[in-house]
This record gives sequence, C-alpha cells and structure tokens, in this order.
Amino acid sequence: MNKSLTLQDVCILKDGVPLIEVNHTIQAGEVLTIMGPSGVGKSTLLSFITGTLPSAFLGTGQILLDSADITQKPPHARPIGILFQDDLLFPHMSVGANLAFGMPPGGSKTERRAKIDAGLRDVDLEGFADRDPATLSGGQKARVALMRMLLSNPRALLLDEAFSRLDADLRTQVRDLVFKTARERELPVLMVTHDAEDANAAGGKIIELRTLSKA
Amino acid sequence: MLRFLPALTLLAMLGPVVAGLWGTLLPAFGHLPSAGLFGPSLDPFRSLFAWGGLTDAARLSVTTGLIATALSLGIVALIAASWSGTKAFRILERLLSPLLSVPHAAAAFGLAFLIAPSGWVSRLLSPALTGWDRPPDLLIVQDPLGLAMIAGLVVKEVPFLLLMTIAAIGQAQPRRSLLVAQSLGYGRVSGWLKTVFPRVYSQIRLPVYVVIAYSMSVVDVALILGPSTPPTLSVQIVKWMSDPDLSMRLTGAAAALFQLALVIGALCFWWLGERLVARLGNRWIMSGNRGLRDTSVRVLSLGLGSVSAFAVFFGLASLLIWSFAAFWSFPNVLPDGFTMRTWGKHGPNAFATFGETFFIAGVAVLLALMLVLGCLEAEHRSGRPLSRRGLWMLYLPLLVPQTAFLPGLQTLLLSVGADVGRIPVILAHLVFVLPYVFLSLGDPWRAWDTRNAIVAGALGARPWAVFWRVRAPMLLRPILIATAVGISVSVGQYLPTLLIGGGRVSTLTTEAVALASGGDRRAIGVYGLAQTLAALIPFALALIVPAFLWRNRRNLHE
Repeated sequence: MNKSLTLQDVCILKDGVPLIEVNHTIQAGEVLTIMGPSGVGKSTLLSFITGTLPSAFLGTGQILLDSADITQKPPHARPIGILFQDDLLFPHMSVGANLAFGMPPGGSKTERRAKIDAGLRDVDLEGFADRDPATLSGGQKARVALMRMLLSNPRALLLDEAFSRLDADLRTQVRDLVFKTARERELPVLMVTHDAEDANAAGGKIIELRTLSKA
Repeated sequence: MLRFLPALTLLAMLGPVVAGLWGTLLPAFGHLPSAGLFGPSLDPFRSLFAWGGLTDAARLSVTTGLIATALSLGIVALIAASWSGTKAFRILERLLSPLLSVPHAAAAFGLAFLIAPSGWVSRLLSPALTGWDRPPDLLIVQDPLGLAMIAGLVVKEVPFLLLMTIAAIGQAQPRRSLLVAQSLGYGRVSGWLKTVFPRVYSQIRLPVYVVIAYSMSVVDVALILGPSTPPTLSVQIVKWMSDPDLSMRLTGAAAALFQLALVIGALCFWWLGERLVARLGNRWIMSGNRGLRDTSVRVLSLGLGSVSAFAVFFGLASLLIWSFAAFWSFPNVLPDGFTMRTWGKHGPNAFATFGETFFIAGVAVLLALMLVLGCLEAEHRSGRPLSRRGLWMLYLPLLVPQTAFLPGLQTLLLSVGADVGRIPVILAHLVFVLPYVFLSLGDPWRAWDTRNAIVAGALGARPWAVFWRVRAPMLLRPILIATAVGISVSVGQYLPTLLIGGGRVSTLTTEAVALASGGDRRAIGVYGLAQTLAALIPFALALIVPAFLWRNRRNLHE
C-alpha cells in the first residue's frame, strides 16, 4: 500500500469565488508547507480535509489517503490527526483520559492503561496520567496533544499553525519532536503556517499562497 | 430525527399560543358551541363595554405596565452607565441570579409586608418619627393608582433587564468607546450613555418589549399589590373566566382580545417613544455637552439599585419572620414571640405542594432541555445559526400577553373534551420555559470552541460521542444554569397553572396567591418562602454540582 496523502485538484470556493487551489501528493514522512498571510483560507483547506468545511464554503476535488478516496467520508471515519495552535486538551478529562479518548476501542483496562503510560513515557511525561491538563506547562500540554493524536493511529497529520503559540525555545523543541515522530511513523504531513522559520524547519516543499481572487 | 427538532420546538412553543388565540377569538364573537351559543355576534363586546370598570381597568393596565418598564429601564441604564466595568458592578452581577430566581409572587408579598401600614418600614419609623401607635388607616398596598404594583414590578424587572444588559454589553466592547469618549473630556456616565447605550439598547429591545407585555397583563402581582375596585383588566379577565355562568366566558374572551389590542397599542406607543428618545439623544450628542456631574448620578443609581435589591431581600426576610411569628404587636420591630405553630399547620401541605411543583417543573424543563439541546446540536451540524426571525419566534410566546391566549386555550381544551390536569399544565408551562432555557443556553453553547469538535472527530469520535463525551460535559455549568432558570420560570407560573389546571392542579404559586385575599400573613410567609426555596435551590445546585464534579479540573472554573 502506497502511504501518502493526495490533494487532487482541490479547490475551495466561497460564493463561487476560488480561494485556494492545491494539486499535490505528500509522500510518507514528507512535509508539505502551505504558507501565506492569515485570511487566505489556509485553515479552510484543512477543514475540507478533516471533513468539517463550514457551510459557507464549497470544496471540489478529491482527497486520497493511501490511494483511497475519503472525500465523502464523515470526519470520524477519516484517520487523519490534526494539531491546532492551542492544545485543545479536553478540560474535563485527566491527561490519561484525554489519551484514552483518542485510542481505538478494544483491549482490557490494563492493556489500555499500559499503552497510555508508554505513550506518556515517549514524550517524557511519565506518571502524568492522572493529572489535570490545566496544571501542565505549555510545552507539556503540546506534547500530550501530540501523543493523544498519535495514539489514535492516524495515517496522515495536519498542522494548523500548530507552533505559533509557543515561545521560541519551546517552539523548536516541540517542532522537532513532531517532525521526528512523523518521519518515524511514516506519516505524510500537511502544515499551514505564516511563519517562515516553521517552513524552513519542515524541510519539505513549500507552497506560497496569495489570495487567488484579487481584491 | 434531529432535523425535525426545530419544527417540533416551534410547535411546542407557538402551537398553544396560536390555538389559544383562536380559542379566544371564537367566543369573543359569541361562538361557544359547548355552551350552546353560536355566533357570530357582537354581544360579548357590548357586555364588555357596558362594564363600568373598563376605563379604569384598561388605564391601570397601560399605566402600570409602561411606567414600571420605563422606571426599570431607566434604573438599569443609569446603573450600567455609572458602574459597568467596575468592581461594584461585578458584585452586583453575583447578586443577580438569586434576585432573578425569586418568584414574582413571593417578591410581591415581601414588598407588601414591608410597605403596608403595619409593615416593617412603618414599624421601624413608629412611633418615634410618625407618632403612630397603631397602624395608620392608609391604602398603601392595593392603592387605586397602582403605585405599589408598579414598585413590585420594578424590583423584579430591574434584575431581568440588568442581566440582559450585561449580556449585551459583552458584545458591544464598551471599554474602547468609553476610553475614546473620556479622552475627549466626557464624563463617565454621559460618555457611556452617548457611545455605548445605543448599541446596548438595540440588543435588549426584545427583552424590554417582553417586560412591557408582561407588566401590562400580569395577574399574580396585580392580585397581591394591585387595586381591587376595579382591578387591572387581566385580573378581571380571570374573574370572568372562572365565573360559573358560562356566558361570562364570552365577555372574558372579548376582554382578552381587548387586552391583546392594548398591549399591541402600548408596544407601538413605546416604539414611537424610542424614535423620540433617539432624536433627543442625537441632539444631546450634537450639543457636545460633556456632562460632568457624574458623582451625583452615580450615587443616585447606586441608591436606586440598592433600594430595589434590598426591597426583595428584606421582603423575603419579613416572610421568614412572619412564618415563625407568634403575636406581633404594633409598632414592635420584631414579634413578641416565635412559634412553630404556623409551620406545623401549613408545613405538611406546603411540603406536598412542593413535590407537585417540582414534578411539573422537572418534566417541563426536561422536555425543554431535550428540545433546546437538540435544536442547538442541529444548528451546529448544519452550520446554520438562528436567524433574526428565529429570535423573534423565541420571544413571541413572551410578547403575547398570557391573559390573551391562556383563557382561549382553556376553553378550547374543555370544548374538545380534553381533561384539564397535570399534562396540559406541563405543556402550558413548556411554552414559557422553552424560550428562557433557549435564551439562557444559546450563547454559552455557541461560544464553545468548535475546534474541540474537529479534534474529537479527528480522533475518531462520532457526532453523538462528541456531544455526550466532550461538549455536554464541558458545558455542564451553563446546562445546569439553564435548567435552574427553567425551573424558576415554571415555579413562578400562576395563570397557566390556574387556568389550564382547571383548579385541580395546585403549585406553591397558586396556593400562595390564593392566600392573598385572606390576609393570613403567617400562612403567606410559609408558602412564599417555600416558593422562593423551590426556585433558589436549583440555582444553588447549578453552582455547587459543577464545582464539585470538576473540583480537580481547573480550566472549568471561572
């Protein structure tokens, strides 16, 4: 099976006017960066890929995941992970419950607990399972959010300005961790950002966006 | 299934209103087949206009309604202009929920106990300042001008309008406007009134209209504080509707239509007043008058707001004391002794009625929550938010005076042979519970960050799993507050319980109001207090339960 994420003639329109057009295949372990100022519809493109496009927009074209067309599938049936600039850890769940929420069902209680503990160890947060997410530092939260996404076994990864809220030191750290993990797990990565440093660190192809419709 | 919920909600909310208006229209024109009367005829209107008290009753209805609304709005505008954004204002915000949940009837009784000739105020001043050694023979409560009734309405409508104003201020971003105005040399109060209030008013307009319609046609407050010869039009309608002589129902129906016309007329009058005030306001803005006499306005508004809040709190305190009072001679400030006798006598029945009240409120609120959450979820999934027209629909059952459609609904239910009783009462309560639950839950529900839903979906959660496992738990607090709001609305309902229940369903409110004419202050104390508790306990739970459940989840505390 060919591991990849393909955007085939994808076009996002608002009121019949095209905002964004992309035609590209991201191979496993590769990062495609889409750069551009805010307001050009970068995040809208991601919402088309996750299946949550707001009704004001229209998306055309196909999304192929590992060569299978997922364009018509509901959001929960698309094995695609997404990270936003905010960690968006569910505030009513413990760290462990957040991870368990994303894990596919099945397995005994001890097996699931072992998976959670192993996941936390991978991101240097051993013993954090019962903590309240609100008590974690910014970097710790970002790592939990990453691990929550990974434990749901995604086959592709979307990054929506994922590092822009972190301060400089932390930012490099978290970014390296995300890209390294994606390479290890052979995940195709699509990143949208307005930050050139993020784009350079990704090391992949960069698409620079301007608004297609001239204002 | 979800797709049909908005339609079902509209039906539950507007169905009874439309049916009730229809049921009023037919008998008003002499058509009441179940009584062997066939129309059309104008006799009901002839007998209505032949009633000698009509002019006074109609005048009372209009003056009490409009004056109470104008006073409440004025006080709220001054408080917001003087104090919004300050620490004092945040303290005031905390006091609002308990004040709001106090049922109208309990607040009215409390006020009566304060201002009556033998009430607390006169006891405090006597005999030192007044020289009275027995209660003076003055008609303070139930005065012919309806002043006591206006006061009773104001103390309850001020918290309601203030809450609506606070919500509107949140959207108007007043800080920057006020900063600009102040840097141009405007005082705080005039700066706020000139730059922020116009935006805020356009947001609270519908709630203001609701206050007008409500104040003009309220029955329970009018029975307790309003004049009796003649009473307000709405009280007279209820009298006609409960007359054993069926032909009086026709007069009642005609009067109900007349009441509806009065409310529509008053709303038009208010609308014209808005235009006039807007024009005067514009002239005031153009004048460039900086208005720097802030301090006196701020003190005045604080004084008015405090008097209005303390009237409710001390009123409730006097209910409490009367319920335990043994003999209480004038002008002593406290009873000569305390006793459990009143509670021993009325407690058991009050407790049983408490159960019935909660049962009706519980079922109505449960239905309302299912409909409202379903509508909001349908809105979320379709991505189409409530339109402006939808918002008007929500307010419609609150804008049509209760006395205009509830009598018709009762007549209609009787004529199709539907038994009066608990289920129709619950459905009638639902008409009023639904809009309040919707209004209370809508904003926090929509303010929720929908990226949480995207993340949960990307983690494999189906839409209903997102709803139950992520959204509902995160919004537990607003859901419980909406529940408490719904319960307090249901607990406070008088007319739907009385008319639709056909006298066979009694809640704490109907029991309490029934005591009004008897004047047994101790019994009123028991029922008024029980009524207040029934509305307050859910609010307390709505604050305590999330705090307890999420005690280890810091981000869910505000």
